[in-house]
Amino acid sequence: MKQVIVGMATCGLSAGAQKVYEKFEEVIREKNLPVTLKETGCIGMCYREVLVELQDGDGQNYLYGEVTPERVGEIVESHLLQNKPLLPWVVRGPHPTEDDSFFVKQKRIVLRNCGHIDPNSIDASIHAGGYHALRKALLEYSPEKVIDEVTGSQLRGRGGAGFPTGVKWGFARRSAGDKKYVICNADEGDPGAFMDRSVLEGDPHSVIEGMIICGYAIGAKEGYIYVRAEYPKAIQRLRQAIAQAEERGFLGENILQTDFRFRIKIKEGAGAFVCGEETALIASIEGRRGNPRLRPPFPAVSGLWGKPTNINNVETFANIPWIILNGAEAFASLGTDDSKGTKVFALTGKIKRGGLVEVPMGITINEIIYDICSGMREGKQFKAVQMGGPSGGCIPALMGQIQIDYAQITKTGAIMGSGGMVVMDESTCMVDVAKFFLNFTQNESCGKCVFCRLGTKRMLEILERITEGKGKGSDLDLLEDLAQKVRETSLCGLGQTAPNPVLTTLRYFRQEYETHIFDRKCPAHVCSPLLTYTILPNCCTGCGRCAKSCPAQAISGERKEPHFIQPEQCVKCGRCFASCSFGAVFKD
Amino acid sequence: MKASEPWERAGDKIRLQGFNLELWKYEGEPGSLIPLLQAAQRDYSYIPEAAIHYISDIVGIPPAQIYGVITFYTQFRLKPLGKYLLRICNGTACHVNGSKLMGQVIEDELGIGVGQTTEDGFFTVQSVACLGCCSLSPVMVINEDTHGRLDPRKIRKILKSYQSAG
Ligand SMILES: Cc1cc2nc3c(=O)[nH]c(=O)nc-3n(C[C@H](O)[C@H](O)[C@H](O)COP(=O)(O)O)c2cc1C
Repeated sequence: MKQVIVGMATCGLSAGAQKVYEKFEEVIREKNLPVTLKETGCIGMCYREVLVELQDGDGQNYLYGEVTPERVGEIVESHLLQNKPLLPWVVRGPHPTEDDSFFVKQKRIVLRNCGHIDPNSIDASIHAGGYHALRKALLEYSPEKVIDEVTGSQLRGRGGAGFPTGVKWGFARRSAGDKKYVICNADEGDPGAFMDRSVLEGDPHSVIEGMIICGYAIGAKEGYIYVRAEYPKAIQRLRQAIAQAEERGFLGENILQTDFRFRIKIKEGAGAFVCGEETALIASIEGRRGNPRLRPPFPAVSGLWGKPTNINNVETFANIPWIILNGAEAFASLGTDDSKGTKVFALTGKIKRGGLVEVPMGITINEIIYDICSGMREGKQFKAVQMGGPSGGCIPALMGQIQIDYAQITKTGAIMGSGGMVVMDESTCMVDVAKFFLNFTQNESCGKCVFCRLGTKRMLEILERITEGKGKGSDLDLLEDLAQKVRETSLCGLGQTAPNPVLTTLRYFRQEYETHIFDRKCPAHVCSPLLTYTILPNCCTGCGRCAKSCPAQAISGERKEPHFIQPEQCVKCGRCFASCSFGAVFKD
Repeated sequence: MKASEPWERAGDKIRLQGFNLELWKYEGEPGSLIPLLQAAQRDYSYIPEAAIHYISDIVGIPPAQIYGVITFYTQFRLKPLGKYLLRICNGTACHVNGSKLMGQVIEDELGIGVGQTTEDGFFTVQSVACLGCCSLSPVMVINEDTHGRLDPRKIRKILKSYQSAG
C-alpha cells in the first residue's frame, strides 16, 4: 500500500504542514486513491519544510521538500497516479541528491524514530522497537544491573551540565526513602534550542520508556514530566502517549506482569527560564515560586516533597532504551574519551541548512557547519558559533577545528549546554549578541542573589551604553570585574554562567568592543546609534512612509520625489530603515 | 466589585461563573496551585481577582502568596487579552535575523508596545523568548497561526489582513 507521510512537528506546522496535509486528504478522497495518509515528527531538515515522504508500494521512499498545497495536486498526479516521481523536488530518495550530505555524518540514536514513525501510534513505536528495552530491563535485569549498564555506557546528562547519568541513578537508588520520584526536565528554555521539543513531538514513547526504566532502577513509582508551556503540541502528544502506554500496561500496576508499578503525570511550566534549574523546577511542581535553593542536599537525597528524586533531561531519557537494547559498549564505542555517544543539536542562524541534527561526539564544528549545513548563506563568512545559549559563549571561526565534547567546549569558555547552535556571520555584531543574552538572563534572574539580580543589570547598562556610542575606556575592565563577581556569588547555574556570553566575546572579539568604544563604529552595521542613515535618491519613490515613521521629523521631501534625512536632527532609531519597502534607506 | 467580573457572592462564598468544574479533581492534591491558575487563565484569558480568592479557598494558600506566584511566572496575566494575541519571537535566531526591527514595525503599525493592548481591544502584543521554529526566523505568532520569514512589508500585509477580517 502506498503511503503519504507529512512532517507535522512545530517547525513543519509553522511552515504550513497542516494545509498540505488537508490538501492531500482532499485529493486522495476526491480521486478515491488506495493511499494511506499519515503524519510524522521532525525529520530534521527544517530548511526544506514542508516535508512529505511518499512510499510507493515497492519499498522506495521519496522525500519531497518545500511542498505547498499548490504542489500537492502535481505530486499526486505524477507520482501516485503515473508512478513518475518529480525528481527536482525530491530531497532524499533512491537517487543521490545534493541534500544527502546533510545526513552522511549524522548518527541517529536519540532521533532514531523521529520523522520515521507516526508519533500518534503506539503500535508504530512498538514496531520500531519501542518498549522492547523495558521488557528486557524488567524481565532480565535487576535494578542494579540496569544502573551498571547506564554507568558503563558513560552517558552524561544532556541537560547542560553533563553529569554521568548512571552515577546519578546510583545515588537515588541508595538514598533511603519510602517514596521516590523520577522527573523529566522538558523545560527547554534556551532561546534557539528545540531538540527536546522535537523528540517529544516526534517520539514521545522513547522518553516515557526511558523514565519507566529509570523508575525501576531507582525504585520510584511516580514520575513527572515538566514541560514548557510554550510547547502545546509536545504536551498533547505526551498526554496521548501516556494514555496509550497505560492502556497497553506499560504504565500502571503490574507492568508486564511483574509487581513493578509506575505512573507519569504532566506538569506544565508557566514561563520562567529559571525553572529549568532542577531545584527551581521542583519548587514549581510543588506550586511555589520557582526560586532555586542551595545544594546540597541534592535532589537525589531530598527532592520533590523532600523525597529522593532523580531528574534528567528529555534527551538523556531518550538514550536509555537504546543503551539497554544495544548494550553499554555499543554506546561507549561512539565519541571521545571524555564524552560518549551522540548529541542532538538545533542548528540555526546564517547557515544554508538549518535544522535538527544528531552527530557522534568528537565531530568538529567545521564538519557540522560546512559538511552538514553546507556553509554560510549568501556567500558570507563564518564568524562565530554560539553554543549553550544564555549560559554559553561564542566560539570564533578560527577554532572551528575543535572536536565537540564536554571538555573541549568548556575549554573555550562556552559550554556544551543543551544543544543550541546559532551560527553567525560578519553581519552579526558580537557586542549586540552579548547584550542580547545578558538582557535575557537579567530578565530571567529570579532575584534571589544580589549580584545576579543587580550585577547583571549593571553589566547590561554598560553594554547598552557601548552599543549607543557612549562607552568609556574603562568599561571593559569594569565588565570583567562585575562578571567575575556575578559568577562567584550566585547560588545557581543561571547566575554562575550568565557572564559567559560577555566573557567569551570579550576574549575573542575584544577589538570589536574597542571599535565601538573608541571609534564609535559598529563594524557589523547592527548598533543603530553608531550608524548614519541616508536615503538613496535613485531608490526612493517618495511614498513618505519613512517621514511618517520618523519620531524626530528629520525626514522631508516632496510627495513622489526623493526624500532626504537631516543629519543634525536624526536620532538614529532606525525606524526609517524599517519602514522602507524599497530598500532606499542606506545605513553605514 | 466590577460588574464585568465573572463572579457572584453566594453567602460567604464567592462563586465563579463559567469555571471549569473539572478543576475540582485537584482539590486536596498537593502542588495544584499552578494548574488551577492555568485553568482559570484558560477559561477567562486572564486571572480575575475573584479567581484568586476562589482558588485560595480550594488550596488553602493565602491570596497574597498566590499573587506572588502569579507575578513570578510570565505566563500569567492579570488583565484580559485582546482579540488577537500577537507574540513576536525574540529568540537568538530571530534576533540575529532582525526581530528587533520587526518589533519596531509592529509597534509603529499598531501604536502600542510590548505588553500592551490596542485601545479597540483588537491586538495584544507580547514578546517571547523562543517559539522553537528557528529556521523560519524572524517569526511571529498571532493566536495559533505562525508567520515566518518576516520582513516589514510582510508584517504590514499580515496585520492588514487581520484588521480587515475583523
Ligand atoms: C538556569 C538553568 C536552566 C536550566 N534549564 C534546563 C533545561 O531547560 N532543561 C534541562 O534539561 N536542564 C536544564 N538545566 C539543568 C538542570 O538543572 C539539570 O542539571 C538537568 O535537568 C539534569 O539532567 P541531566 O543530568 O539529564 O542533564 C538548567 C540549569 C540552570 C542552572
